Amino acid sequence: MTDATATPEAIDSQGMNYLVSLPRQIVTVYAPLAAFLFVLLFPFYWMAITAFKPNEELLSREGNPFWVNNPTLAHIKKLLFDTAYPDWLWNTILVSVVATFLSLFASVLAAYAIERLRFKGSRYVGMSIFLAYLVPPSILFIPLAAIVYKLNLFDTRLALILTYPTFLIPFCTWLLMGYFKSIPIELEECALIDGASRLQILVRIILPLAVPGLISAGIFAFTLSWNEFIYALTFVSSSEVKTVPVGVITELVEGDVYHWGSLMAGALLGSLPVAILYSFFVEYYVSGLTGAVKE
Amino acid sequence: MPTPHTALTRALDNRNVLAALFLLPAAVLLLLFLTYPLGLGTWLGFTDTKIGRDGVFIGLDNYEYLWGDAVAQLALFNTLFYTFVASVIKFVLGLWLALLLNKHLPFKALLRAVVLLPFIVPTALSAIAFWWIYDSQFSIISWSLMRMGVINTYIDFLGEPWLARFSTIAANIWRGVPFVAICLLAGLQTISPSYYEAASLDGASDWQKFRYVTLPLLTPIIAVVMTFSVLFTFTDFQLIYVLTRGGPLNSTHLMATLSFQRAISGGSLGEGAALATAMVPFLLAAIMFSYFGLQRRAWQQGGTDK
Repeated sequence: MTDATATPEAIDSQGMNYLVSLPRQIVTVYAPLAAFLFVLLFPFYWMAITAFKPNEELLSREGNPFWVNNPTLAHIKKLLFDTAYPDWLWNTILVSVVATFLSLFASVLAAYAIERLRFKGSRYVGMSIFLAYLVPPSILFIPLAAIVYKLNLFDTRLALILTYPTFLIPFCTWLLMGYFKSIPIELEECALIDGASRLQILVRIILPLAVPGLISAGIFAFTLSWNEFIYALTFVSSSEVKTVPVGVITELVEGDVYHWGSLMAGALLGSLPVAILYSFFVEYYVSGLTGAVKE
Repeated sequence: MPTPHTALTRALDNRNVLAALFLLPAAVLLLLFLTYPLGLGTWLGFTDTKIGRDGVFIGLDNYEYLWGDAVAQLALFNTLFYTFVASVIKFVLGLWLALLLNKHLPFKALLRAVVLLPFIVPTALSAIAFWWIYDSQFSIISWSLMRMGVINTYIDFLGEPWLARFSTIAANIWRGVPFVAICLLAGLQTISPSYYEAASLDGASDWQKFRYVTLPLLTPIIAVVMTFSVLFTFTDFQLIYVLTRGGPLNSTHLMATLSFQRAISGGSLGEGAALATAMVPFLLAAIMFSYFGLQRRAWQQGGTDK
């Protein structure tokens, strides 16, 4: 049935693939791709549709569950006015933004030092940054909890702001090292001869040229902080300090009664900001993701 | 005569001094919150520390206890099973999806952006969607299968040990495939089309092109991507915590979720830390395998003698 619609552009833009017949193309490319897309996107559709379903429709096996007959905003209203959800959203934004900028600041300086100052042992520092990148949070959270407690940071946003950089700095530094490497060193030599200090070179020459790298690192760091779960679950216990993922999991589930509507609305609202931000910076995000892997 | 000011500027001209200064913020944060806890965690594993009470050194007692603990054994098995099955399937599906996306398609950029969505949104939140999809009474999968006449009772996806294992693995694969696919796609795009043209002229079939051109050239990036994938999967926590909390009958407990349960919920920091530390050798083995096994073969196949 898609034959007629797919034909013109399929033939135009296909290079050598014009040799492949269309029915074959549909079976080998479009059908599997459609299946992938369906499976990958269905949970989001399901999340969205559940968030707008009234309880009667949620808990009935009659009718068509794939559609919503009487959409309602009750779940979202409950979420925004009867729970601490707005607090969680604000905490998540605050923690993610501050942790991201803190990490970018530290990473820019560190990456520049490692890549361009060529001090004694810079190679080893670079290596250890990469190794730090491989240390997973699930190994660190227990001793970190002890440290957070000793520093009197338990149950504060600061605990999260200070611990998130442990996975953000290694990643950002590694990514920025790659970007700095691609900037011609001659530019710096010229500036040095003209009497610029290293700090001036970094701020006036390197950073403007590394803006795409900074955006990549920033977007990536922001999504990682937004998605962080285990530290936020362990280091924070009061409702007003929780982040969205932790708040939704720990507070919207009350005993055996699952309020699926508000759970899904919470999941949807918590996913949207990061998905929207991502949609504006897809290229940067992908280059950050793949850049870090390719190095 | 050097004034303090010129002495300072002179010190700042020295690359080592300047480098130390530049590295300071990152070093302070990483040493305090990464290196130190890494050491502290290892130490805690050798103590009987509880929440609110400092412990004393008890040698390998925690490890001996865990070695004989049926739940810990099960968690180790689950973790290995989960990691192995999920990683293999993520690799196969991810590579397939990457190959599909590498074809000339309409709306290519949009497709790529959409595919990555499961990886972008918070895992804890998408896990809630899976929780609802797997619900024992209102599961949409059960509903659809009932309608199609495949089953006659609702499936209790998270209620039966093996079913729960595979259900959590499926959710993990859902989240992981986009990562593998997009990274491998980036690798595919670096392969020059001229190799394929040459192969076509030599009469290579599609399979031969894949086997003798794509795969060897892609091996280095496969090694890196799969190392990351294995590390993420092995240390997974959120998905299990949200979907099952390790149940039913501890059948989905991973080492990370068990260490959380023992250390934070149960208060035995020492025991939890020992469990977490016990993950390290496995992670090192995975990294070593990828670094020495796969990388070296890549150099050989790339034509440069090692």
